[in-house]
Order: sequence, then structure tokens, then C-alpha cells
Amino acid sequence: MDRRDFLKASAGIATLAGTGGLAAPALAQGAAARTLRFVPQANLANFDPIWGTQYVVRNASVLVWDTLYGLDAQLQPKRQMVESEEVSADGKTWTFKLREGLMWHDGTPVRAADCVASLTRWMVRDGMGQMLRAIQDELAAVDDRTFRWRLKSPYPKMLIALGKTNTPMAFMMPERLAKTDPFEQIKEYVGSGPMRFARNEWVPGAKSVFTKFEQYRGRSEAPSWLSGNKTVNFDRIEWIIMPDPATASAALQNGEIDWWETPLTDLVPSLRRNRNIKVDIADPLGNIGSFRFNHLHAPFNDVRARRAVAMALSQEDYMRSVVGDDRSLWQAAASFFTHGTPLFSEAGGEILKGPRNIEGAKALLREAGYNGQPITVLVAQDQAPLKAMGEVTNALLRSIGMNVDFVATDWGTVGQRRASKSPPGQGGWHIFHTWHAGADCTNPATQIQIRTNGDGAWFGWPKDGAVEAARDKWFVAPDIAAEKAAVAEMNRELWRHVTYIPNGFYKTYQAWRSNVSGVIGAPIPFFWGVSKS
Amino acid sequence: MFAYIVRRVLATIPVMAFVALFVFSLLYVAPGDPAAVIAGDQATPEDVERIRASLGLDRPFLIRFGEWVWRILQGDLGLSIFTNLPVSTMIQQRIEPTLSLMILTLILAVSVAIPMGVVAAWKQGTAIDRTVMGFAVLGFSVPVFVVGYVLAYIFALELDWVPVQGYTPIKQGFWPWFQNLILPAIALGTVYIALIARITRATMLEVLQQDYIRTARAKGAGQRNILFLHALKNAAVPIVTVIGIGIALLIGGAVVTESVFAIPGLGRLTVDAILRRDYPVIQGVVLLFSFVYVLVNLVIDLLYTILDPRIRY
Repeated sequence: MDRRDFLKASAGIATLAGTGGLAAPALAQGAAARTLRFVPQANLANFDPIWGTQYVVRNASVLVWDTLYGLDAQLQPKRQMVESEEVSADGKTWTFKLREGLMWHDGTPVRAADCVASLTRWMVRDGMGQMLRAIQDELAAVDDRTFRWRLKSPYPKMLIALGKTNTPMAFMMPERLAKTDPFEQIKEYVGSGPMRFARNEWVPGAKSVFTKFEQYRGRSEAPSWLSGNKTVNFDRIEWIIMPDPATASAALQNGEIDWWETPLTDLVPSLRRNRNIKVDIADPLGNIGSFRFNHLHAPFNDVRARRAVAMALSQEDYMRSVVGDDRSLWQAAASFFTHGTPLFSEAGGEILKGPRNIEGAKALLREAGYNGQPITVLVAQDQAPLKAMGEVTNALLRSIGMNVDFVATDWGTVGQRRASKSPPGQGGWHIFHTWHAGADCTNPATQIQIRTNGDGAWFGWPKDGAVEAARDKWFVAPDIAAEKAAVAEMNRELWRHVTYIPNGFYKTYQAWRSNVSGVIGAPIPFFWGVSKS
Repeated sequence: MFAYIVRRVLATIPVMAFVALFVFSLLYVAPGDPAAVIAGDQATPEDVERIRASLGLDRPFLIRFGEWVWRILQGDLGLSIFTNLPVSTMIQQRIEPTLSLMILTLILAVSVAIPMGVVAAWKQGTAIDRTVMGFAVLGFSVPVFVVGYVLAYIFALELDWVPVQGYTPIKQGFWPWFQNLILPAIALGTVYIALIARITRATMLEVLQQDYIRTARAKGAGQRNILFLHALKNAAVPIVTVIGIGIALLIGGAVVTESVFAIPGLGRLTVDAILRRDYPVIQGVVLLFSFVYVLVNLVIDLLYTILDPRIRY
């Protein structure tokens, strides 16, 4: 034994003795296996999935609150809290019956009235919910386990609305919580999901704890994403917030945490070298980067200017800057819809294909009347992917002769400033970047960013009737073939209008200790099916 | 003395009032919108407006400021916009790790830096002096996070002596508490050690030239007595001043250190609150920090009278 080994062994013994590790009985070791320590993508700063629509809130909420339906891995909505549903021949009346024996965490039974109140609150904040609200005649409980939804016109996508993954999801809460104004936070965290939220252990920014709800009644079907039996194998799940990726990486290697949701791509090679760690794609549906124009102000109120940028834009440049040279992580895709999903289409996306046409873009800009005015690009420096996209955009715009006003700021400021319709020189903007979760881009219903209804549209306020008409066709499409045709038409119209530019499809990794099994790739980290030895 | 303390404590009131007004005004004019952060990426401008209204952020400056001051006077720091928890609760949750880190860093820094500075002055111009001063330059030059990563790599990942991250409250045992904090304290203390060691050396060099030191030597006083009883005591006032000023450095450095070692302290709370524009939390934490600065300054002024009896207030 050399000096180094001696020191290591001594320190190891001291550490073990200090922490009581040497004396740990078998029971304590079993208890460790029943606790999962997870590092989420972000801080759980609030915990109301209707009020706060951040993905991290949704991801925590699926542990605590259940849904009437849940999407499975094939993107099909499956019954969850619901035992059966019935739709009238005219498609206007839906009757839902709840499963028997569902309980809230406070020990009271789940009633139809709770679901009515929950849906009423959800509808105010959700895009599909707002559509339902607009055609709603009546939503009321029939008895304790049955409620009926009468509509003025059919809504064929009802089950997708109730089971979708994009925020805000239609979570069910007890009536007393669900009656909270949708623009105010709930004050209790009572659900009927597989885990309870341990409010007394919640330290926002540091730790959130979920404990097993023993009375949870799982379905008999095997779990598949948000559907099936969601019983969790752990007594306790600890979410530990680590703002520094290097620290999270070291903690995972040291066995201080079990699962890290979003490892930095740069750190993945070192994680892969550790035989105690497994690394895989976090979400097969990935993300779509977004280059968003302001359609209200020159030059981008002219489609030729937007088209000029698209002619010169290289998705590869964006993707390499966002996720690096790991080719398995990204895909150039001229689509507003998620690569690899049933409705994916690149129709009309030829403008993004082939060699980039810088000279053509310059000529088109001149034709659009661009006269060298500053182009205000909002770039959030505190979000790594957005910072990278901003740098590429800066180089791109300069390459086609645009004068860039590069506003380096933080996401909080971008969030405020992008809502401004003022001229760019007076507090407004021309371009900002974001990304959309691939799971939210599998169909038109869950994408607010592809709306082109002017003032009612998302930031940038694009206006185009043909895009909206194609979207409407999807909502009434009777089968998958008709849905595909509608989405292809929509993709084509979006490219004709250059509503915005998807700047590439990319995925990220997740990493976990090899003694943890059952981790799957999905848009949400699902804890059911996961166990630890 | 008592009258002086009372005067100083009363003098903190206008200082704190000014800080309150300044912080509130600064946040009011600063860009960024918590409502936009809450609403998320999919929200419509109308959603953002409704959230802003529900948070009361659409009301005039004077009304918001007046309400805030009224609550502060009643000891209520308000509710966090995001967590809906009382700001005082959030500060309570976070104060122990930060306080622990600062105290341990302070103990470590003072106990290492002062002997280093004294020895460097005593051995002026020798290899020992140059080594100490070289360390001081290094301590100033290397950022806290680099020191933190290097320490974590060696002592946590390679040697497995201590955990990489986290915090264990002292009520769960001194040893786990110490294990979690020792690396952050060293990382945070490096620049502090460098600062105190340099000041100690410079002040000691000046004092060691004084006539009373020559007299002490002529009387046959031992080297240790000369250094620590005669010289260091007379050099103490500037050193204590620097230690006090350095607490400001500690608070700033704690933000980075807490992030690197995932310590749930006030530094991280502040950064998170700033990034989200959680105004009540920012205001509460800044008020607390300001109060600590004022208090530290008062304590240092009082220490002067103990260290140098010629100083009277």
C-alpha cells in the first residue's frame, strides 16, 4: 500500500464512520434503494401546473396529479382516471365515467364535480381548452362518478386535449383547489397521483420531495408514458436542484445522485467513460429550435425579407452550435412538426434545402426595401441553446448585409420585451429565439406558435388566412390520411408565409447510475417503471 | 460608548430606508417581467397581462412602494411571486447554509492568513516571503469557481474524502456539516486569505520599523513576543478593517460558491430571484444584506476601541 492508497483508505473509513455507513444495517440499505435522487432540468419554483406552465412544473405535477386520459408512447390518448366514455351520434355530447375507488391524497374520494371544476380552470389557460370553452354548452356532473360535456359543435380531438403532454395539461384537482382563479396559485397540493408532494420539505431552488401515496389505484395495463399503471417503486423521490452542470456531473459520478435529466452535451463523454453511469437520449421527440420574426415592423413585415433570411439560413450551423458535433443528436428538418412522428411533413420546405444562397438573399432584401436599418435581435444569455442560436443569427444576418443590433440580455427580459408591439428602436424587437418541445409539435392543436391569426397569434403576430384554413382542416379530419394531408398543406403554407423558421430538430441526453433501471426516453421523466438496486 | 452605539443603531434607519427606496426603484425600472416568466413560452400576451394584474404589477409605483414599506414596518417581507411562500420563510430556509459557510470561511481565512502575513513580514525578502506573496497573487487571480472545481475533483471525485455537493444542517452532526462545507470554505476563503495575508504583511512591515519595536528588541524580548504581542496588536486596526470589508467579498463569492457546490444558501436564492424577477425576494434579501453590512461596520468600529485604546467615540 502506498501513501496515496493509505490516505484514501483512511479517509474512506473516516467518512464511512462519520456518516454511519459502516454500521448501516440491511434495512437502511434497503431504504436507500427506496429513495431516488433526481436532478431535474430546472428549479421547481412554483407548483401549480395550471398557473405556471413551465415544463419542470408539469414534470413534477405528473407525480402528484392524475389526468382523465394520458398519451402513450404511440402518441395515442388512453383512458387513465376515466373508466369509460360515450359520445353522442352528433359528436356534440361527451359523457365520462370515472374509475371506481379513486382517492385524493387527503383521503376523500375523487368525484365528478372535482373533474368539472378542474376542467373549467384548465380551459381558461390552455389553447385546446379555450377552443372547447368557445363551443361549450354545458359541463356538469351527473352523479359522483359521471360528468357530461355538451358542446355546440363536435370536437373530434377531445381525447387528445384531455391527455396531451404540452402545458398546461388537464390535471384533476379537488374541487376546492380547482375553484382557484386560474391566474392565481393554488395553496394546497392535493392530487390523486402516485406520489404526494411533501410541502414541508420543499426548499424552492434547492430541493423538492415526493412521498409514495399508498392508496393510489393504478390501472391494470402496463405503463406507457402517461397511460397505464403509474405506481412508483420508490417511497421517496428527491428532486435536487443543481444549477451547475459540472457539479451535477461530479455528483452523479460520485453516486450522490441517481438520475440527471439534462446533462450538458460537453460532459457526456466523461460520463460515458464511467462504467457506473448510463447515458441515453432523454426524449426521442426532442426539440425544435425557433427563429421568430416580428411581422409588425419593417423589414420583416414583408415576406420577401423573411424569405431572404430563410434562403441563407443553415440549420446545420444552428444545430452544431446548440448540441455540438454529435451527429446522433440533431437533424435538419424543414418542418414545423416533429421529425419521426406520424404527421411529420417537409412539404414546401425546399427553401431550407441545398446550398445556401447568400447573394440571392441579399438581392431579395434589396427588393424588399431593406435600407440598412438596425435589426434588433433579442438574445437570452442565460439559456445556453438560445445564446448559441443568437450568435449564429448574428453571423447569418451580417452575411446577408443586415445591420444587427445584438441585444444580449437574460430570458426574463426577452420574455417581457417580446410582448411589446412597439417599433424595435423604441423597446420592441425584430427577432428572438426559443425552442419548442417536439412532444408539443406532433400536431397543430398543441402549437400556439403556428397560429397566424394576427393579434391573437403568438409573439410576432403573424397574419395569414391560408395557414389558419389548413389548421382548421386538421381539426375536422376524419382519419389519419386526412390529418396527414392537412398537416402537409399547413407546412407548405407556413413556408410560403415564412411565419417563423424552425432552425433544426435536436435531442438531448439524460444520464443515470447503472443500478437504476427502467429509465425510458420520453418527453417527461417518468418515474413509474423505474427501480433501483 | 453606549450613547455612541445607540446613535449608530439609529443612524442605520435612514440608511436602510435609502437602501429600500433605491432597491425598489431599481427593480421598478429594470427590464424583465415576472409575469412573462410565470406564463411560460406558450402564453399569449393576454395571459401575461392577466397574470401581471393578478400580481398587482400593473399598479403605480407609489402605491406599490407604499404598500411594501407598510408591510416591512409590520415585519412582513411579503410573499414570493413564484413560490407563494413568505419571503421570511424562504430566507429562514436559506440563512443557515450561508451563515455556516461564511463563518467557517472567516475562521479558516483569519487563522491561516494572519500567521502567513506575520511570517512573510518577519522573513521579508526571503523565499518564505516570496512564497506567501506568490500565493496571495494566485489567490487573487484564480476565480472561486476554478478553485472549487479543482478541489471537488481532487478531494471528492478522486480521493472520495468528502461529498461533491450539498449541505447537511449542523443539527444532524458536526462531521457531516463540516464535510459538506470544508471544500466550499477553502474555495471561498482563498481570495480572502490572499487579501488578509497581504494587508497583514504590509502593516506588520510598517510596525516593525517603529521605535517601540526596536526598544522591545533592546529590552531582550523574544521574537514571538515582538511579533504577536507588540507588532501584531498595533497592526490590528487595518487588518480588522480589511476583514470587515472582506465580508462583502464573502457575500459576493458565496453566490458562486453556493452554485458550484449546490449549497442551498442565500446567494443562490438571490440569483434565482433576480433571474425570475421575483421582486419581493430580491428586496428582502438585499435589505438583509444591507443590514448585515451596517452591523458589521458597527462591530468593526467598536472593535477599534478595544484594539487601540487611543480611539474614543
